[in-house]
Amino acid sequence: MERFYTFIFAAGLGCFALAFVLSLVFPVISLGKYEAMEFRDLEDLAAVPKAEFVELAARYPEAFESAFGTRTATPAAYAEALQLGRDIYVGQGCWHCHSQFVRPTSNEAQRFGPVSVAQEYNNALNLPHIWGTRRVGPDLIRTHGKHTNDWHIAHFMNPKNIVPSSVMPSYKYYFEEDGTPRKNGFSLVAYIQWLGTAYEDLPESVKQENEQ
Amino acid sequence: MTALTPALTPTLMPTLMPTDAERDGKPLVSYWLIKAHIVAAALFLLLSMTAGFLYSLQFLGYYPFGDSEVLSAGHIRFIHTNMTAYGWLVNGFVAMMYYVVPRLTGFRVCGEGLGKLIFWVWQLIVVAALGGFFMNCAQAIEWGETPTGFRPGTFEPNWIPVDLLVVVGAVLLVVQFFTPLYKARGQKYYVTLWYFTAGLVWLALTYLMGNIIPEWILPGAAGAATTGMFIHDLVGLFVTPMGWGLMYFFVPLILQKPIWSHSLSVIGFWALAFFYPLNGVHHFLISPIPDYVEYGAIITTIAIEVVVTTVVVNFFATLRGKWSALRTNWAIRWYYAGAIMYFITCLQCAFQVTWMFQKIIHFTDWVVGHAHMIMFGVFTFWLFGTIDWLWPRITRRKWHSEKLRAWHFWLSTIGIVIMFTDLMIAGLIHGFMQKGLNPWNDILDMSVPFWWIRSFSGAMFVTGLLCFLYNLVMTARSNELYVEEEHLVPATAE
Repeated sequence: MERFYTFIFAAGLGCFALAFVLSLVFPVISLGKYEAMEFRDLEDLAAVPKAEFVELAARYPEAFESAFGTRTATPAAYAEALQLGRDIYVGQGCWHCHSQFVRPTSNEAQRFGPVSVAQEYNNALNLPHIWGTRRVGPDLIRTHGKHTNDWHIAHFMNPKNIVPSSVMPSYKYYFEEDGTPRKNGFSLVAYIQWLGTAYEDLPESVKQENEQ
Repeated sequence: MTALTPALTPTLMPTLMPTDAERDGKPLVSYWLIKAHIVAAALFLLLSMTAGFLYSLQFLGYYPFGDSEVLSAGHIRFIHTNMTAYGWLVNGFVAMMYYVVPRLTGFRVCGEGLGKLIFWVWQLIVVAALGGFFMNCAQAIEWGETPTGFRPGTFEPNWIPVDLLVVVGAVLLVVQFFTPLYKARGQKYYVTLWYFTAGLVWLALTYLMGNIIPEWILPGAAGAATTGMFIHDLVGLFVTPMGWGLMYFFVPLILQKPIWSHSLSVIGFWALAFFYPLNGVHHFLISPIPDYVEYGAIITTIAIEVVVTTVVVNFFATLRGKWSALRTNWAIRWYYAGAIMYFITCLQCAFQVTWMFQKIIHFTDWVVGHAHMIMFGVFTFWLFGTIDWLWPRITRRKWHSEKLRAWHFWLSTIGIVIMFTDLMIAGLIHGFMQKGLNPWNDILDMSVPFWWIRSFSGAMFVTGLLCFLYNLVMTARSNELYVEEEHLVPATAE
């Protein structure tokens, strides 16, 4: 028993494969049976730009044009902004202090909004998912519509001005001094304002069942 | 040439083979490779700990590089965790394997040239990851932030593909160490080699799974199940087997008595191999991952605690009758301090994995304390102990300063106990305040004093480490020769 091949095949490959089937293949099969579980690609997510993004374009037409090459909030510009915003969110480690799922416990539904469902994460902006494991700041998956664009820009520039006890770093390098966003700033705000819309877009039946 | 003695006595205890042992006219062990990896490991640990300390200042409002996008606090956190994993732990464990594997099998590793290649591949991985973090190219996988080199979900290159390099590095390690392991396949393997063999297979598999599936194939909840497994397997299927492997080698060797029970080692190994990979999903409990998968992870995590108890009992029973070694031998002190903390962390784990605890402690500082206890208090302690024991033997110089050795140990031990307790309490309060719907401002105000204590204990680690590094350098430069302890010199060497 205590030989080379036992450890390679039984322990190394065998046990690993067993775990792979039980904790990965099984959930994938189960999740696949959920209602409204179709994968949404970036084009689909950005097909109808959200009001917050349209407002950004209207508010800062020149800066918007120099960032995205258009004065109107087109789906193409929205797709670009969402992907870039997510890249910054990931690259700056935002997800190490903000989670992106609401649990059905600890009064979280009262604090943040509807409990998370698997369907809202099955899209291109969750490759890989960014659920996070720590909440220095609050959960962000229900952010859409909670605050205005102005609130977010002011908050990104100096979080302490809005939330006095905040320990969040300032991201003022993504904005001009007067608060006009640069390309990264537009994208970051667009992405943050997008969080939660994947849930809103789900069929009513799925939402009702979840919120009962 | 000194004759090769069988590495194991019939009672399953490693013997210290003479340092000039040869095989086919070449030295059995390549000491310069061990030295190179130890030096790299120590430097990256310093970088990692400095980064950790700087990051903790962000929470106190004193982070010095707040105006820089490149040196932002988020980037510094990536550096802290990734330098620990790939800079410190991998280099440290590879150094140990270079010492242990040839001695246990009686065969040299595949090649010194390959050794040089492995060394540079791993340093390139660490440095390229560092550059990638500064360039905003980190990947959204905890402990696997090493850049994929492609824009997320696409194949447009944006940086050096570090993930790919890690897999290459892991495969090279397999080639390097499986050569002697394969040549010794006729022998009965000693416990250490069980862990090393399986651990090397697991490293490559874990990395492939964790960095490709959630990045390109499975989004959302299924991806979370994968990254949960990745976080857990990197600790459980690479760091833990390597750590226990070196404990099973060095503890009996230093104490000069065999491990108390062979059967318990068998149980320990196979239960780790069976249960550990099944634990992964417990990193995302009460989440959109299906409940039955979470139950499975919870039950197997509690099962792990039973296994851990058998292993810890085995080691303490081995120490019985040699308690004085805790006073006289620094390595044994590091090892057993680590073993006690291992037991505490795993016991904590058996509770915190339940939904009852998860409701409160998940998302809080409790988890941060837990992670520091296991990575610093256990595995870093074991590597410190091993380096403390090895350094005089590979440089053939006496330790420069006994006092600095003591300072290093006590600063680290007291530091980790303070940090663990502090963060555990902070986490509990945070959890209950979150449940009690207290405003987020109040939660932050409550945490600040705890974060001050956390930074203070972190400063203790860094100070201890500086004592250690200074001592390492001065020892290597000293003229006082080290003479092997008499009882460790094998009879055949005379």
